[in-house]
Amino acid sequence: MAKQDVWVTGIGLVSCFGEGAEHHWQTLGANPAPAPIVDCETYKPYCVHPIPEMDWSKQIPRRGDQRQMENWQRLGTYTAGLALEDAGIKENEELVSTMDLVVAAGGGERDLEVDASIMADSLNRNDRDQLLNDRLTVDLRPTLFLAQLSNLMAGNISIVHKVTGSSRTYMGEESAGITSVENAFKRISAGQSTHLLVGGAFNAERPDLLLSMELGNFVYRGEAKPILARQESGGGMITGTAGAFLVLESADHAKSRGAKAYAKLSGVGSDLGTREDAQTNARMDAILEGLGAKPGMGVISGASGCIQTTKLEYDTLYRHLGDDAAIRAFTTMIGNPVEANFPTGIALAALAIHNQGFYAPFEEAENESSSTPEEILVSAIGHYRGEGFGLIEKI
Amino acid sequence: MSGKFTDHLGRPIVVVTGMGVVTSLGKGKEENWDALTSGRSGIHQINRFPTEGINTTIAGTVDFMETDEVSAPEISYAMAESTSGEALEQAGFGTGGIPGPLFFAAPPVELEWQHRFQLMSENIKAEPGYEQLLAAARANKHERMHQIIQLGTIAYRIAEKFGTKGLPISLSTACASGATALQQGVEAIRRGDAEATLCAASDGSVTAEGLIRFSLLSALTTQNEAPEKASKPFSKDRDGFVMSEGSAALVLESYEHAAARGAKILGVIQGVGEKADSFHRTRSSPDGAPVITAIKQGLEDAGVTSSDINYINAHGTSTPENDRMEYNSLKAVFGEDIHQIPISSNKSMIGHTLTAGGAVEAVFSFLTMSEGVIPPTINYDNPDPDIPLDVVPNVKRAASVDSILSNSFGFGGQNACLVLGSRVN
Repeated sequence: MAKQDVWVTGIGLVSCFGEGAEHHWQTLGANPAPAPIVDCETYKPYCVHPIPEMDWSKQIPRRGDQRQMENWQRLGTYTAGLALEDAGIKENEELVSTMDLVVAAGGGERDLEVDASIMADSLNRNDRDQLLNDRLTVDLRPTLFLAQLSNLMAGNISIVHKVTGSSRTYMGEESAGITSVENAFKRISAGQSTHLLVGGAFNAERPDLLLSMELGNFVYRGEAKPILARQESGGGMITGTAGAFLVLESADHAKSRGAKAYAKLSGVGSDLGTREDAQTNARMDAILEGLGAKPGMGVISGASGCIQTTKLEYDTLYRHLGDDAAIRAFTTMIGNPVEANFPTGIALAALAIHNQGFYAPFEEAENESSSTPEEILVSAIGHYRGEGFGLIEKI
Repeated sequence: MSGKFTDHLGRPIVVVTGMGVVTSLGKGKEENWDALTSGRSGIHQINRFPTEGINTTIAGTVDFMETDEVSAPEISYAMAESTSGEALEQAGFGTGGIPGPLFFAAPPVELEWQHRFQLMSENIKAEPGYEQLLAAARANKHERMHQIIQLGTIAYRIAEKFGTKGLPISLSTACASGATALQQGVEAIRRGDAEATLCAASDGSVTAEGLIRFSLLSALTTQNEAPEKASKPFSKDRDGFVMSEGSAALVLESYEHAAARGAKILGVIQGVGEKADSFHRTRSSPDGAPVITAIKQGLEDAGVTSSDINYINAHGTSTPENDRMEYNSLKAVFGEDIHQIPISSNKSMIGHTLTAGGAVEAVFSFLTMSEGVIPPTINYDNPDPDIPLDVVPNVKRAASVDSILSNSFGFGGQNACLVLGSRVN
């Protein structure tokens, strides 16, 4: 069977700047680019890009459904709704009931008050194991378990939006987003799927998640700075609350229903290995060669800001695209949405291609673009493990 | 359309050339198979942590792995390492590495209470809470603690240890995850992305909090008095599942590749079926439509009909609702024939290995075919009259089995069905 072209026909985006595909192009695509929206007070010494004001009812009409979720799942379910709406297939029962779903997920919210209260109690107890039984059996809400399960974002998308073809949840920080899009691409290319909803969401405003990353000292501390400027202050990650979902379709499927398409996803490559410099470079080189990276391509980068990985990423990109390459690290603007990182990058690249434009520099150190790129590379180099690149181009 | 190496739809035939398994019954295929066919239960009183105050005090924990610490990520990794090694060695990929990717059904891992208490002790003067833990994390890099609680880590470690190719996929479809890992491996080989894949699943997440969470959903049995008797799928007095641990790994390979290198063929994955349910977060559609669709799709994908199936490896969790729903859905597909086909639940002996279940039960299904023995459904002393199935009650049965349907269902509307064959036809 001939390989199918893969088109991006729907985009759902939520970030600190607000919601909607067009809104994000209007905002982030402005020249000059806007100042990032970032909160450096609430979780001091950490900064986070906060959730915008949300009216959940717009995409999750039933209050009962909203109550079954915490913000992480709400954000994903909401953003998935935006993508379906944008693709013109929301509430098209025939299309959503046969649509495949791939979600990039982490774990959901804990009840931080209960946790803290148990920690306080533990100071007066020698039998901490028994304390856990005494407290957790009483204080855990049954519904919270479901809000914590990784695959329940997908479950909620099925329930709220009736997307019920296949349903798979991929995990593993940034790698979750990379493998989700890559597998979706492969399935559509090979004719194993005709239309597919893929994406993820991340709730950065959670001390428990900050903790899980700070244990490895990956989180940036202090006043917010853009990705490149941050390198001079020791580097590190600033996370952002965001959701990104894409409707991907085979070109034939999109054409047959007369769908608008933003752009073509023409390839995704990924790899894994230890983060030793030479090996990491070699892996990234191989992926970029596979995608045909060349000067003139733009780059939408999901750079984490962590000092070694971001340097390796930029050095590799400049080596392939030339020193004047226009690289835009969207993480400067909206933070790193971890599992949703790669889908966000794909969305922003597809928007630029569709609008026949590119983004003005997100910080002073980024090169001006000399021309409007017709092909855009998307990078997601995991702050800890996993590397991926995608290529978006004009149809 | 089919050739020597392709199936009824012209796709590469996917065979199994290596398998490994760990459950509460033991380590490796042999120990497990001996116990399983003897009708022995691996369920016992929990002694990993005190259970006083918890309604359920039994589980199928795996207590014999050597780990640096007793935690879900470490136990899950240790089991996955054991089963992946066993599978790769059997497949003959033990030394040079496997020429393909890893699909890994990963358990839910996160910071555990022991870690929180440790971080507290490092910053004892602060007010208890996450500020305190964050300050401890800032003060000292906790590299190991960071690594083990990332959801992708077990797959990264397995990939690095065994040299699978590329970025592994860590996946979760809740209690269908093990089947989904196999399904993904099948799809990759059919696409021609790889000649071989390692598909593994592991779950070692019986912690107090994990147990309490399932308990609060009323999903677990509370028949604690006789642990080995508590898991009783299809019995009238079943009252919930037993939370368990386990892992399985299977090497899937294109038939052409396996034949070319002279690998022993352990079985064939003939078809996979999947259908998501939008009815409820923890319950299946009352009409069973998504499960019925998943089964039908699996049969269709395999190019067989229900009459070709001569044994069913049930999801059979021993919850009142699952077993009834599974029966009704099977009846809708198989008609009256369902009452003649042997169907048994491995969970009667190993409990519900959650993330790993679909893969563990696939290994047992292939052994069922190669050994010509159907493991029983034990604890079947009080049949549920509303589920008149031939559950292979209590004692194993010799039988020639060539085609198996294996079901896996999970929270979040996940339904995956595998159709497994004994040999290339």
